[in-house]
Amino acid sequence: MSWALPLPVAIPLLAAALLVVIDHVTSRRVHAAIAIAATAAATGFSVLVLVAAEGHVVLHWFGGWHPGGGVALGIAFAADPLGAGMAALAGVLSLFALVYSWTYMREESGSFDVLVLTFTGAMAGFALTGDIFNMFVWFELMGVSAYALAGFKVRELGPLQGAVNFAITNTLAAYMILTGIALLYARTGALNLAQIGRDLAGHPPDRLVVVSLTLLFAGLLVKAAIVPFHFWLADAHASAPAPVCVLFSGVMVELGIFFVARLYWTVFEGPLHVHAVPMRDVLVGLGVLTMLVGAFMCFLQRHLKRLLAYSTIAHAGLMLAGIALLDPKSLAGVADLVAAHAFLKGGLFLACGLVLRQLRHIDELRLRGLGRQTPATGVLWFAGAVGLLGVPYVGSFAGHALIDDGGIAGGYGWLPTVAMVATAVCSGAMLRAGARVFLGWGAADDPILSDEPEEKAPAREASVRLMTGVTALMIALGLIASVVPGLVQRTETGAQRFADRAAYTARVLHGTPVPLPPRPPVIVESSTAASLEYGVGALLVALAVAALGLWHGRLPRAVGARAGRFLGPPVAILRAGHSGIVGDYLLWITAGTVVIGGVWAFTLAQS
Amino acid sequence: MNMLAFAVAAWIFCVGVYGAIVSRNLIHLALCLTVTQSSTYVLLLAIGYKHHAGAPIFKGVKLGTPAVDPVVQSLTLTDIVVSVTVIALVLALALDVHEESGTIDPDELTGMSG
Repeated sequence: MSWALPLPVAIPLLAAALLVVIDHVTSRRVHAAIAIAATAAATGFSVLVLVAAEGHVVLHWFGGWHPGGGVALGIAFAADPLGAGMAALAGVLSLFALVYSWTYMREESGSFDVLVLTFTGAMAGFALTGDIFNMFVWFELMGVSAYALAGFKVRELGPLQGAVNFAITNTLAAYMILTGIALLYARTGALNLAQIGRDLAGHPPDRLVVVSLTLLFAGLLVKAAIVPFHFWLADAHASAPAPVCVLFSGVMVELGIFFVARLYWTVFEGPLHVHAVPMRDVLVGLGVLTMLVGAFMCFLQRHLKRLLAYSTIAHAGLMLAGIALLDPKSLAGVADLVAAHAFLKGGLFLACGLVLRQLRHIDELRLRGLGRQTPATGVLWFAGAVGLLGVPYVGSFAGHALIDDGGIAGGYGWLPTVAMVATAVCSGAMLRAGARVFLGWGAADDPILSDEPEEKAPAREASVRLMTGVTALMIALGLIASVVPGLVQRTETGAQRFADRAAYTARVLHGTPVPLPPRPPVIVESSTAASLEYGVGALLVALAVAALGLWHGRLPRAVGARAGRFLGPPVAILRAGHSGIVGDYLLWITAGTVVIGGVWAFTLAQS
Repeated sequence: MNMLAFAVAAWIFCVGVYGAIVSRNLIHLALCLTVTQSSTYVLLLAIGYKHHAGAPIFKGVKLGTPAVDPVVQSLTLTDIVVSVTVIALVLALALDVHEESGTIDPDELTGMSG
């Protein structure tokens, strides 16, 4: 299967080059068709690689530069099930986005398809690479295409601001990553992940290792939108076209988290596994902080896409916390959560595109009651919001359940409660917005929600039927993610493989075949009672939050005043923090990196 | 001697980030990012540097002649190429922002707060 490994990257990139060449010769339709065909082919090869990777890590050494004597001079792609799964997910979401854009983005130039193709190829490369400098190159290519896509509507100020903030913060992140890579190269003389990991193992972590760990993780966490590195995300998501948001929220942010896990399990596990507690505590703490800030900010939004963006931040926090538990079972939970979240959140963003197309606004208060004319869109919106809650056996439940169990087993017994409240507040905010828009419930005005610039609506020619179909398919796939027989077992096997550094190193550097795992059973296991309770609890909290959001004006005045006094200062502080000014964002990134690095320098460094 | 190069790289990185944080002009900000980026050149080249070693060109040279590390040099070249794209894009966005709003002061672009 080695021959197929570069194709998920090569096909989209070649197709993008082809589209640029024939830009003025062919019509927009032909462009879109070529883009869709190329993405479909790339996705197909990703799935092929995924199937092969379940047996053993699939390797491709570019130019035939195989390692000799355990030293890798060449650049390798190394696909394990989770990496190949991320590449396949990127392909599938791009396919949905391109089909949706068939009519939605018709007014735009052909460069939209070109950018989506390079973005898809870069994401696949990022997911499949086994070389740390190669990772940086994909990080940058992914970044450049994403900035251009975020600011695609260059005649509107909102998208431009979003793209500027996105580009500048993520560029700083890239330079932090590159500095971290250079330091690792200085220590080991290697760029291959397996080789760096082997050379670092057996030595206690010294200051150089801790500094490069901090720079690499902080840089990746910028992409992953973890507090305090998250500010760009809301700006970029609120302003990017809906199909682009699908890729941003569904897979790009998750890739940042994915590579944190990849780096830990291939490179840093060796020197750090004895002293993992401070690292775990810091990362779980960041995850929890991200969940709470994301959920709180989510509740304060009335711009529907910005509301979803903050909910993505909250979910990214949960994913980071799951990874930070550093056990394969929670890692599998994160993989399941990523899959379900990608389809559900993607579907919700596409539903925003539908709202914008049908009702010409994207602001919850301005849309109040207008959605009664579009019941289908409303049903999709509510289904997506409920799917993200983790209600037993629906949507993201499987991932939630595994992370909850991992949290309890790992000594963070309070983690499931926090996760339940955070996801419930996010989904509650979505339910509130849905009830106001599609049912006309609730007050006509709400001063606690923050006003944002509107987005220009797409052309009326955009086919509602096609857009609804794509959205419905995505939401349906997301809703059934927890009951696909065998999926959970397969991700668990994949996660175990992902976390087995010795097997990975032997396979990459020496070609040693990995013993085949027993074929996982194709069943749906029943979950623990605790996770079922958290799922039901999340639903109840979400309904309460939605009701509070709709009718908090009817609370007795004394209660309202007291709540206002209690919640007013934190709301004001959070609002002021999300200033929209890029200099502030850079300051937060710098300060966050310094604090994390400082904590780790005192707790991890052993010299 | 080697520590000096690392200190210089760290200093350039910090100066660039400081400039980007306090910048009131998007074009100035983009240039601050290139300053930050040039710290990675210094760092990479310092890592591969060897005293009394020649350029890594091996044609017509006796086997075993010391040379500086060619890998970091190619990393630096790749870094330059990749980052030029990013900076070009940021500058293009700055132009578009100016056209739409008449300003390139990032502190005045606060439409997205909260």
